[in-house]
Amino acid sequence: MEQFFQQIINGISLGSIYALIALGYTMVYGIIKLINFAHGDVYMVGAYIGYFCMTSFHMGFLPSLFIAMTFCVILGVAIEKIAYKPLRNATRIAVLITAIGVSLFIEYGTMFFVKADVRSYPPLTGLLVKSFKLGDIVITMQQLLIVGITVILMVLLQFIVKRTRIGKAMRAVSLDKEAAELMGINVNTTISFTFVLGSALAGAAGVLVGIYYNSINPLMGIMPGLKAFVAAVFGGIGIIPGAMIGGYFIGTLEVMVSGYGNSMFRDAVVFAVLILILIVKPSGLLGKETREKV
Amino acid sequence: MPILKVNKLTKAFGGLMAVSNVNLELNQGELVGLIGPNGAGKTTVFNLLTGIYVPTSGTITLFQDNNQTQLQCLKPYTICKAGVARTFQNIRLFKDLTVLDNVRIAMHKNLDYGLFASLFHTKAYSEEENQLIEKSLELLKILKLHHKKDELARNLPYGEQRHLEIVRALAANPSLLLLDEPAAGMNPAETANLTEMIGWIRKNFNLTILLIEHDMSLVMKICERIYVLDYGMVIAEGTPSEIKANKRVIEAYLGEEVNHA
Amino acid sequence: MQKLLGSNFLKKAIFLAATFGLVQLLIVTGVINPFIMDTLTTICINIILAVSLNLITGFTGQFSLGHAGFMSIGAYTCTIITLRVPTTLGFITGLLAGAILAALVGAVVGLPTLRLRGDYLAIATLGMAEIIRIIFLNLDITNGAAGLFNNNQYVNWFWLFLFTAGTVVLISNFIKSSHGRACISIREDEIAAEAVGINSTKYKVTAFVMGAFFAGIAGSMHSSYFYFIKPDLFGFLKSINILVIVVFGGLGSISGSIIAAILLALISTSLQSIPELQMVIYAAMLITIMLFRPQGLMGSKELSLSLFKKWSSLIHRKNGGEA
Ligand SMILES: Nc1ncnc2c1ncn2[C@@H]1O[C@H](COP(=O)(O)OP(=O)(O)OP(=O)(O)O)[C@@H](O)[C@H]1O
Ligand SMILES: [Mg+2]
Repeated sequence: MEQFFQQIINGISLGSIYALIALGYTMVYGIIKLINFAHGDVYMVGAYIGYFCMTSFHMGFLPSLFIAMTFCVILGVAIEKIAYKPLRNATRIAVLITAIGVSLFIEYGTMFFVKADVRSYPPLTGLLVKSFKLGDIVITMQQLLIVGITVILMVLLQFIVKRTRIGKAMRAVSLDKEAAELMGINVNTTISFTFVLGSALAGAAGVLVGIYYNSINPLMGIMPGLKAFVAAVFGGIGIIPGAMIGGYFIGTLEVMVSGYGNSMFRDAVVFAVLILILIVKPSGLLGKETREKV
Repeated sequence: MPILKVNKLTKAFGGLMAVSNVNLELNQGELVGLIGPNGAGKTTVFNLLTGIYVPTSGTITLFQDNNQTQLQCLKPYTICKAGVARTFQNIRLFKDLTVLDNVRIAMHKNLDYGLFASLFHTKAYSEEENQLIEKSLELLKILKLHHKKDELARNLPYGEQRHLEIVRALAANPSLLLLDEPAAGMNPAETANLTEMIGWIRKNFNLTILLIEHDMSLVMKICERIYVLDYGMVIAEGTPSEIKANKRVIEAYLGEEVNHA
Repeated sequence: MQKLLGSNFLKKAIFLAATFGLVQLLIVTGVINPFIMDTLTTICINIILAVSLNLITGFTGQFSLGHAGFMSIGAYTCTIITLRVPTTLGFITGLLAGAILAALVGAVVGLPTLRLRGDYLAIATLGMAEIIRIIFLNLDITNGAAGLFNNNQYVNWFWLFLFTAGTVVLISNFIKSSHGRACISIREDEIAAEAVGINSTKYKVTAFVMGAFFAGIAGSMHSSYFYFIKPDLFGFLKSINILVIVVFGGLGSISGSIIAAILLALISTSLQSIPELQMVIYAAMLITIMLFRPQGLMGSKELSLSLFKKWSSLIHRKNGGEA
């Protein structure tokens, strides 16, 4: 039983990271119906920026986190402006291939500069290495940090989306782009802002995953990117709470499979869940079925 | 002799009753109109009859040479095979294919040659393909589209696109044809031409036709009976002259502040 | 008409025989050295992969990101069988078994998932390919991550040509038949297709299964020619590469797929001298093509004699105007 709770706690920390990435996927999909394959790579860049801040510039954790998020915002918006915006009216497949191209470009561009080697993240210091016990369950400060930061960012996101003008604009554009435009909403700004939010969260996730797994490499964004996308689909793509639920579910599932089953199959289980949910309820856990009007 | 019986057909979209408790009966060879203000549920009835939507409740029965088929639980393609073809209000041609291909595709269901013949282009393939082309051109001639057989459907003028939809539906070899606003967007001369054409097709193809149309001159002229739909319900049924005089019908149309008649 | 068809068939046969003979001659005389032969093989395998994916994505309009999964089934089946029966007969048996197994998996996966539309189907097929890869990573018979070595190379130019030309001819024939048109009508408008009596599920699955079958053949040839296979060769990136050939050539254009397979192989061969930048340039090229020619080289048109005539008459007119 202790082991079970321990796994749950591990799952929640990993799930937090997936949830942060999944939010970016879901918001972008919700607003321009694009699977932003480059999103996982924005997260990878975030991890590297955080790494360099902490090692080369000896910055503390929070300033590094902040700088990584800022840098990712710039990167995310640049991707949107350069690669996606000109294709607003192109076919879905053209945009998707572009997204894949951007993803490869960032992965191998990064590899060119930082080399393919795995780097290990600087260890945390002081209070942050502490851990404490609840019975037989170990909770590390690191885990608390990951979950804490995730929760803060999610609350912030909810506030922005629900309470601010630009958040309202986001929801309007994702509901009906033409109508939003007619109501005087600047669609392009709104889309860019969606990328700002998503990329900032991905940047944060990058730094957090560096702490969690302790190692980073230029291709590290692919798998978590795909899994976060699975999480977004699981919760119902385009739906913000869905992405959070999906992230925690996938994280916990993965930890459980590794803990109780065969860790070699943990990715296979995630994808099997994806296919199952797509077959049973393609609109996801919280999604509504939509039908084409004929 | 009835060919189609619709009993208490109902379709709800969430809370909206797009079609509620509709009863229809069509006799062999009849030309029946289905009219009603915008949003009355006419197209939804067609979508239910052709299996595009699954009814919330009610039954649809198709009668053909002594056997009867329940349509309400069938897939669209089986309904088409059973003998019901339609056109779409918002034209749905295969836009990037040629006029000929649009017609040939509708004949696919009656095709005999199999996968092997299609992979190796056997003799059966070339014989049937030639027949297919011949038959398609015959049908296209009826609406004077045969000389445009190699043009892409998207490049046809609007009126001809509507005509092509009718040819495509005919190519499916139906016994019941559903036409959804075939005259929409046409000028009076074109409409008159179309009116004549529909009558001709019915006679020569031995068809039963159910027709949705807002152009009252067309409806009143060729329909033998008319059903009037309002808010998803049948509010009147009768001959054109009965419908013209029906108070509820006039109210339904005037309530909408559009006078089509 | 019958005669015309016959002469057309003759023309095709002569063209194919001439291509085969010419390359065979170049191989015998040593003009085509082993290095060029590698590139030629890659091109042929990519043609099979791209044309078969084009049937699924370009013609039937079903977005698949898992083609490498089917390829890997062919590759592993063929290798496992040839390791036990190391003869040409064993190779052909393995190749057919691989293709059939891939087709079976295609049917099992396709039946439930092909109900999904667009992006959802893409993601489901991606997930399927990943699952296949992970299974190969964990089986004993496939030797896990280390992969399998095939001691003998059974694929020569004869087999290569036979299967490549066969794939192209069969799929083109299919497309030009009523069954092929049924597939295309689904891409154009699924609701209208169903309304005129096309069983869309049946034809989507047919296209998917056929595509998987030929991808299995491509995988078998890959494993036999290049000796070595491992699960990572058939990952997400491989599926993407195949899709890129299809989109670059033009969705719904078989000749486009062939041209793109050749061009991309040449480009990637010439980039081999700068391995560290190869992928970056590839990615940049991809983005540029999509930004400036999203419909691909050929659009949905086919390279044909009449198109040549049109071009040449255009050029003539231009030249005439200048003179
Ligand atoms: N797929 C759907 N989902 C939700 N509501 C729908 C759907 N299809 C139709 N409706 C609604 O059902 C009602 C009836 O629509 P329908 O298209 O059948 O009307 P109609 O009589 O054909 O009108 P028109 O003359 O404008 O074509 C409308 O209120 C419409 O908005
Ligand atoms: Mg309507």
